[in-house]
Amino acid sequence: MTEATPPPALRRPASSPVVRVLTYSATRLFALFLTVVVGIYLTVLIANMGGHVDLIKRTEVREAVGTAVGMDPVMMALPVEERHRRIAELVAIEEERLGLHRPFFERSVYFTRDALMLRLGFAERMTSDAGSRLVRNIILERLPPTLLLFVSAQILLFVTSVLWALALSRGYGSTMDRIVIALAPTSAAPAWFYGIFLILIFAVVLGVLPFGGMVQAPPPEHPVAYALSVLRHMVLPMTALFLASIFLAVYQWRTFFLIFSSEDYVEVAKAKGLSSRALERRYILRPTLPTIITSFALSMIVAWQGAIILETVFNWPGLGRTLFTAIGHFDTAVIVGITIIYAYLLAVTVFLLDIIYALVDPRVKVGMEGEQ
Amino acid sequence: MRRFFAELRRYPSAIGGLVIIGLLVAMSVFAVIAIPYNEAIRLWRGGEEQWLENPRLARPAWMALLPGTNLTRNIAVDSRGVQRQEVDHGGGIREVTATLSFDYRYRAFPTELTVFFEPTYQNLPPSVTLFWRAPDGTDIPLGTRAVRTRDIFRISGDARLQAELGVTRPERVLFGDPRVPDRVLPGQHQLVIQAILFEPDAQLEARLIVYGSAHGIAGTDHQRRDIALALLWGTPIALAFGLLAAVGSTLSTLIIAAIGVWYGRWVDGLIQRITEVNLILPFLPILIMVGTLYSRSIWVILGVVILLGMFSGAIKTHRALFLQVKEAPYIEAARAYGATGLRVVFSYMIPRAVPVLIPQLVTLIPAFVFLEASLAFLGLGDPVLPTWGKIIDDAQRAGALFTGHHYWVLQPAFLLLLTGLGFTMLGFALDRVFNPRLREQ
Repeated sequence: MTEATPPPALRRPASSPVVRVLTYSATRLFALFLTVVVGIYLTVLIANMGGHVDLIKRTEVREAVGTAVGMDPVMMALPVEERHRRIAELVAIEEERLGLHRPFFERSVYFTRDALMLRLGFAERMTSDAGSRLVRNIILERLPPTLLLFVSAQILLFVTSVLWALALSRGYGSTMDRIVIALAPTSAAPAWFYGIFLILIFAVVLGVLPFGGMVQAPPPEHPVAYALSVLRHMVLPMTALFLASIFLAVYQWRTFFLIFSSEDYVEVAKAKGLSSRALERRYILRPTLPTIITSFALSMIVAWQGAIILETVFNWPGLGRTLFTAIGHFDTAVIVGITIIYAYLLAVTVFLLDIIYALVDPRVKVGMEGEQ
Repeated sequence: MRRFFAELRRYPSAIGGLVIIGLLVAMSVFAVIAIPYNEAIRLWRGGEEQWLENPRLARPAWMALLPGTNLTRNIAVDSRGVQRQEVDHGGGIREVTATLSFDYRYRAFPTELTVFFEPTYQNLPPSVTLFWRAPDGTDIPLGTRAVRTRDIFRISGDARLQAELGVTRPERVLFGDPRVPDRVLPGQHQLVIQAILFEPDAQLEARLIVYGSAHGIAGTDHQRRDIALALLWGTPIALAFGLLAAVGSTLSTLIIAAIGVWYGRWVDGLIQRITEVNLILPFLPILIMVGTLYSRSIWVILGVVILLGMFSGAIKTHRALFLQVKEAPYIEAARAYGATGLRVVFSYMIPRAVPVLIPQLVTLIPAFVFLEASLAFLGLGDPVLPTWGKIIDDAQRAGALFTGHHYWVLQPAFLLLLTGLGFTMLGFALDRVFNPRLREQ
C-alpha cells in the first residue's frame, strides 16, 4: 500500500555511533521542543478562553476607572464632555498597561515566546505573600511546600511499593498477596477523598493531629521545633497520598514482576541453582530497570504540580492551590508560568529517559527504533 | 458467552462488583421514575420555601436508633380537625379559640418552633393572641399579632419573645422544667390560639411545627433540603457521567490508534505528535479553566473530558497491539477480497482490541465519577443538578466536619466509595478473565 523503502535521508548505514547518537538526540530534542511550543500556545489560548478573558478585563478596567472618577471631586467638578474625555484617556492608559490595546493573536504569540524563554513576567492580580508581583517569586515561594510534601510522599510510595511488590512476587498466592489484590480497588478514590476521612478520624474525633496547614500558628521560633511542627502537619496529607495509591501500585508492580519472573531465562537460572537474591537482582530487576526508572521519573514530575484538591483540603500552601487561585483570578501569567515549567520538566525527563534507556538496556538501539 | 460468565463467576470480586453496580443501577432507575428530572431540580434549587417543614441540619432518622443518641423527631400539629370554641361578639366579629396539643416525650429540646398561619379574609386580617401552656399548667404569653396571608411566626427566632423571656432560645423556656435548668418537662404541651376574626367569612388555620434533630433517610442540610433527594439523584448523574466519559474517551482513543496504525506515515506521525502535546497540557487545570471561564454544565465538562481523553497515553499501548494485528493473516485476507481501509479498521482491527478495552473501560469509570466529585468539590459543580460531589462541597463550605455534622459528608462519600469499589472490582476480574497472563494459578 505504501512504498516499503524509507526516504533516503533516513538511510545512513555507514555513520559512526557518535554521529548517530548526536543526530538522534538533536532530532528528538527538536521534536520535544516543538511539542512544548504547541502545548504552551494551546495553554495560553485556553487560559484566555480564546481572547474571551480580554473582554472581562476590559469591562473591569472601565468599571474601576468609572468608580475612581466618581470618587474624585476634582474630576466630578469638570464639565461632562471633558470628564468623558478624561475617562477615555484613563481607560486607554490602563488598557495599554495591561497590554489590552494590541490584538489578542499578537499578544498570544508574544506571550508564548516570553514563556518559552522563561520570562514569566508579572502576575496580573496575584502577589506573593512577601508582596512581589513577579510570577517567578510567586512560584518560588510556593514551590518548597509542594516539593516537600509530594517528593517525600512519592519517594515513600515508590520505595514501599517496589520493595513490597518484590516480596509479594516471591511468595505469590500467600495471604498477604491476596489481601493486597483485594485492597487494590481502593485506589479508585483520589487522595483528597481519603484526606477527608483522615481529618475526620485524627483531627475531629481523636484530636491528635492538626486539621491542616503547614505549621502551627504562631510558628515556633526554634528551627527544630519548627521542623517538628511541619512534620506533624505532613502526617495526614502524606498518609492520604500513600493510602490512595499504595495498594494499586503494589498490585501493578507485583503483576509486572511476576510476568518477568515467568520468563524462560529465569527458569533456567533457577535450575542452575542461583540464590533467589541473585536471581532477583540479575534476572528480574535488571530487565525491568527501564520501566522502574521511567515510573520513578514520571512520579517526580507529577510532584511538581502538586495536587490542587489535596492542598485545598489540607490547607497546604503549595503550587496546586496557587494554580487554583490563579484560575479563579483569570491570572494567565501565573497559569502559563506554572504550566511552562511543568512542560519543560516533562520534556527534559522524556529526553533523559531516552538516553538512560539506551544505557541500561542494551536491546534499545539509539537511532534505530521504528525502522527495522 | 456462557463460558465467559462461568469464568467470571469464579472471581468473588466480580460478583461483589456486579452486585454493587446492580444496586446503583436500581437506585438510579428508582430515582428517575420516582422523582422526575424537573421535579428534582425544582426541589433542589427552589430554595427554602420547598422545605419549610424540614428541620435544619437534621441527622438521618435511623441515627435515633443508635444507643447514646438523644435525637428528636418533627412533631406537626394542625388546627384542622381540632375542637374550637367560638364566641360571637356581634357585628360579624367572632372570637375563636383553638388548642393545639401534643405529647412531648423526648429528653432533648426541639431545635426550632414555628407556627404557620393560613388566614382567609377580605380586608381586615385576623388578630391572634398566643399562649404556651406547659404540662404543669402554667401559661406563657407569646404576644398578639395581626396575621396576614401565609404569615409565619418563628417562635424560636422572635426578638420580642427573646427579650421578654431573657433567653436567646425561647423554646428552652417553653419546654423547660422551671425547677431544673436545662431539663425538658415531658408531657402534654399546648399552644393556645385565640383569634379575633373581623369579617363574617374570615377563617384561620394554623400549623405548629416542633422541629426535631433527625429527619428523613439521610438527614437535611443547612437549607433544610432533604439530602436523600440529592443522594438518590446523584446516582444516575454519576453513573451517566462516568460511563459516557469512559466509553467516549476509550473508544475514540482506540479508533484513533487503529486509524493511525492502518494509514501509517503522516497520519500516524500526526497522531503521535498530538498525543505528546496532549501529555503536556495540564488536564485538571484546563477543566477548572473551562468551569471557571466558560460553563459549569456537567455536559460541557463531559465533552471537554472526552476531548482531552481522546489522545491519551493509551494510544501508545493500543498502537503496539495494532502494529501486531496489522500483520495478521486475516487482515491480509480482508485486504485480498478488497476491503476498504475504514472497513478493515472497524470490522477487523478494532474488534481485536475489545478484550483489552473492556476491563480498561470498566476500571476507568470510577476515575471519572471521582473527577466530577473533585470539580464539584472545587465549587465547579453543575449549577442545577444535585450531585454527590456538590453535597460534599456544600458540607465542606458549611464546615460540617468541624461542627459535627459528619453524616452530611459521610453519606455521599460512602456512595462514591461504593461506586469506585464496584467498578474497579469488576474491572480487575474482567482483566484477569480477558488476559490470562495475569491469572493466578
